[in-house]
Amino acid sequence: MAAFAPSPPASWRESSPLPGFGLALGFTVLYLSAIILLPLAALVTRPWQHGVGGFLGAIFAPTTLEALRLSFAAAAAAAAANVGLGLLIAWVLQRYDFPFRRVLDALVDLPFALPTAVAGIALATLYGPRGWIGGLLEPLGIKVAYTPLGVFVALLAVGLPFVVRSVQPVLADLDAAYEEAARTLGAGALQTFVRVVLPALGPALTTGFALAFARGAGEYGSVIFIAGNMPGVSEIAPLVIVGKLEQYDYSGAAAVGVAMLTVSLAVLIATNTVQTRLSRRGGP
Amino acid sequence: MNAAAARRVDRPGPLVLVMVAVAWLLVVIGLPLATVVVQALAKGLGVFFGTFRQPDAVAAIRLTLLAAAIAVPLNAAFGLAAAWSIAKFEFRGKSLLITLIDLPLSMSPVISGLVWVLLLGARGWFGPVLAAAGVKVIFAVPGIVLATILVTVPLIARELIPLMIEQGTEEELAATTLGAGGWSVFFRVTLPNVRWALLHGVLLCNARAMGEFGAVSVLSGHIRGVTETLPLHIEALYNDYDFAGAFSAASLLAGLAIVTLIAKTALERAGAVNPSSRGFHAP
Repeated sequence: MAAFAPSPPASWRESSPLPGFGLALGFTVLYLSAIILLPLAALVTRPWQHGVGGFLGAIFAPTTLEALRLSFAAAAAAAAANVGLGLLIAWVLQRYDFPFRRVLDALVDLPFALPTAVAGIALATLYGPRGWIGGLLEPLGIKVAYTPLGVFVALLAVGLPFVVRSVQPVLADLDAAYEEAARTLGAGALQTFVRVVLPALGPALTTGFALAFARGAGEYGSVIFIAGNMPGVSEIAPLVIVGKLEQYDYSGAAAVGVAMLTVSLAVLIATNTVQTRLSRRGGP
Repeated sequence: MNAAAARRVDRPGPLVLVMVAVAWLLVVIGLPLATVVVQALAKGLGVFFGTFRQPDAVAAIRLTLLAAAIAVPLNAAFGLAAAWSIAKFEFRGKSLLITLIDLPLSMSPVISGLVWVLLLGARGWFGPVLAAAGVKVIFAVPGIVLATILVTVPLIARELIPLMIEQGTEEELAATTLGAGGWSVFFRVTLPNVRWALLHGVLLCNARAMGEFGAVSVLSGHIRGVTETLPLHIEALYNDYDFAGAFSAASLLAGLAIVTLIAKTALERAGAVNPSSRGFHAP
């Protein structure tokens, strides 16, 4: 290979006879710097204008803290519920044949494809007091729209595809022979599922949870129409940022942004670690 | 899809599982979609079509198309360049680069808007420079375009990178040995090999670009007919209690989502796309 190299290779990369490395990587790095790095630098440096105290003060203001708590708690609860629901749906779509299976399979991606504002007004109407579901729940004394429960319901829809699409390829690769072997050896249906299928799906479920959580915690459009947005009660963290921007409190907005980004990234990194451990332990 | 493993539903246990799963999909996905259609047509076809004749709606559709028309080609060019350097060459810092490309996926859309205010707004890093030059970015059309680009940066790149890594460099090396130049190798060997994945990525990128709400909402300034995209126009109509109008406009975007899903599913069924990149941002 080295014989083809036109010039002595730089130490940080292996030489290649293919052209265009400098141009392609140069453009990539330039573009990323302009679109991601530079704007992020402006965010990360902003909240410290009034020192660490200013940063903490902005985060620990009661309504802000409550909004952060609501965003992360609702995202975690919805992602956890979606681990179960998503597993069920992935399992059914992958393992059984029934009418309209392929249409339903394609529809799973709709929450990804549907603009969040459209989902937002549809959910607010559906779960509102005169909506198809809200109207049924109201006589039971259950209020979804304009309460924290509305945030959870909206995030259930947002997070579902993450779990289903994480699990499906693993289920497809998981040879049904393992399950049949377990059954032949005398394991019941439930035992087979818990002892054979679930361990193999662990990493995929963890990934699905993390992606659904990260997306849910930052979700804005699907949530604000149904949430009611009462400060300290049903106001989500992204809306706090919008509110602070409207009051020209740039460093406060940046502080909340940095806090949200930190938690989301920490969860993603933690799940990556868990996932590596789970897959090292290995399923079938 | 492993069709061989799919069993017929002939026992009560599986039947219950299938029914619960289908019922949940209908509640979570079917009912919101049905709500959009029913509400859009609630006041008749006249009101439905009337929504799209209002000048503000026309301007909003135009701005949405403009933002997508700028963001999608730029991100496609970026995706191709990033995938070319990452998949065809070995260099240090590669995984850091991939992590950075994926970063916008874990950012709240509101933060994707906020960062531009902090960088280019009146009190941002480059605010004074831009003000002196008389360029308005924030609360204006350029800001909306920048936010759309940031939110959709990873969508095409992450389709191309795994595929081009899988395809390796053999064909390109053969073409180079036969004397083909760099651009010629790219256009006649690499690009044809990834065209369906590129199209798949463009579809997803376009859907997200046209539907983006949070990021553009922060940067828009909400001036009707000027800085309102279609999703922002929907919000404005809804907040004015013009529900039929809001849902009519929403049905246009819902239609786009359905068309995107159909095209994307067709590409996947044709085997043109790696099954692991089915979702909009599956792992």
